[in-house]
Amino acid sequence: MMKSVTCVFASLVTMAAAFETGAHAFLDHATPAVGSVTHGSPAQVRLWFTEKLEPAFSTVQVQDRDGRRVDKQDKHVDPANPALLQVTLPQLAPGRYRVVWRALSVDTHVTEGDFTFDVVP
Amino acid sequence: MARRNLSLYAVAAALACVATADTAFAHGIAGKRFFPATLATDDPFVADELSLPTISTIKTPASGDAPATRETDFSVDVSKRITENLGVGFGATYKQLRPDGGDTERGFDNAAVSVKYKFYQSDEHETILSGGVDWDIGGSGSKRVGAESFSTVTPALFFGRGFGDLPDSARYLRPLALTGSVGIGIPTRASSSSLNDDGDVAIERHPHVLNLGFAIEYSLPYLQAFVKDVGLREPFNQLIPVVEFALMTPLDRGRGPTTGTVNPGLLWAGRYMQLGLEAVVPINHQTGSRVGWIAQIHFFLDDIFPTTVGKPIFGK
Repeated sequence: MMKSVTCVFASLVTMAAAFETGAHAFLDHATPAVGSVTHGSPAQVRLWFTEKLEPAFSTVQVQDRDGRRVDKQDKHVDPANPALLQVTLPQLAPGRYRVVWRALSVDTHVTEGDFTFDVVP
Repeated sequence: MARRNLSLYAVAAALACVATADTAFAHGIAGKRFFPATLATDDPFVADELSLPTISTIKTPASGDAPATRETDFSVDVSKRITENLGVGFGATYKQLRPDGGDTERGFDNAAVSVKYKFYQSDEHETILSGGVDWDIGGSGSKRVGAESFSTVTPALFFGRGFGDLPDSARYLRPLALTGSVGIGIPTRASSSSLNDDGDVAIERHPHVLNLGFAIEYSLPYLQAFVKDVGLREPFNQLIPVVEFALMTPLDRGRGPTTGTVNPGLLWAGRYMQLGLEAVVPINHQTGSRVGWIAQIHFFLDDIFPTTVGKPIFGK
């Protein structure tokens, strides 16, 4: 029995390695960091994901406390790192901001999320 | 008997492979929430997944003439989406029973098949509700390890609820989630009779059983990605501490006490697989006499085979 289980398990791991195409893209880390407090306005928001992204269908925007979009609407996936999604920011006034993202990994799985950061003088 | 059972399972496994050759399923995500697969209780989501193996061991107490026994189970469970919200499952368990002072018995427990339908999902409130039926197929296992000759059908409701919508003042509780199921095990036979050593007829009654299972989990990936980056890095940023409760209460036919276990443990969710390890703590003497353990390797077939085995047979 154990020999059969081991055989099937080994086969599956081998097949997984052979057919590996991608997985759900989860947020690995970000700058400004999730839930952080930054002194002064950051120049951009950068999101590092666990998988490569489809640039055309992956989005990020930054909203102020009232839900108004404040980023420069120039989101893009870094050509040198397809798992890095970023957007630039104007000078932000002190306050709380929300980053809202939606990621489509190259294997077409969609994930979404949001987090906040605070800007203080 | 054992050889016949092995043949039966080999055929079933081959059929399962053929049936899944062109398809697969998705793991449990509702909005921002990723619900991990739990080890001792059933999940609310419909997905393409494979648990291989799940290994558990616990020592059951002496009862009547039966000595205390170390029970070790090796299980495989596979689930497959038919449509986005409808899935089927198949499970088999190989049991090893080591009674104190007696000979070890080995064999397959009854096979089980199931169907589950997800009828509600709220991404905003990270909520999933499903209904399903499990059929424990009587006579498909070995009597040497106590496999019943009759079937048990268990209709059940499944739920999952993440707490990501809690207010800012309670933001550190947002990584919490609750999953579980409530079901009634309905045996297809009310009682069984057998001859004891004295030649008398002994009657064993088979009650309806309330099966209640739930899991409380605190997702460190959720904390890191949506609440506060506390600086955890791999592998710790993928850990999900969990406590599972698996309880069974006979409802009639000479009803006995509630039995069950409380299982504290850790889950680790990777890109293609999840690892789980939990202690198995009996809630009373009728359940067990010592703390056992359960471990599982769980594969996300939707991520491993996204264009074939890992997607629904019908639909997207």
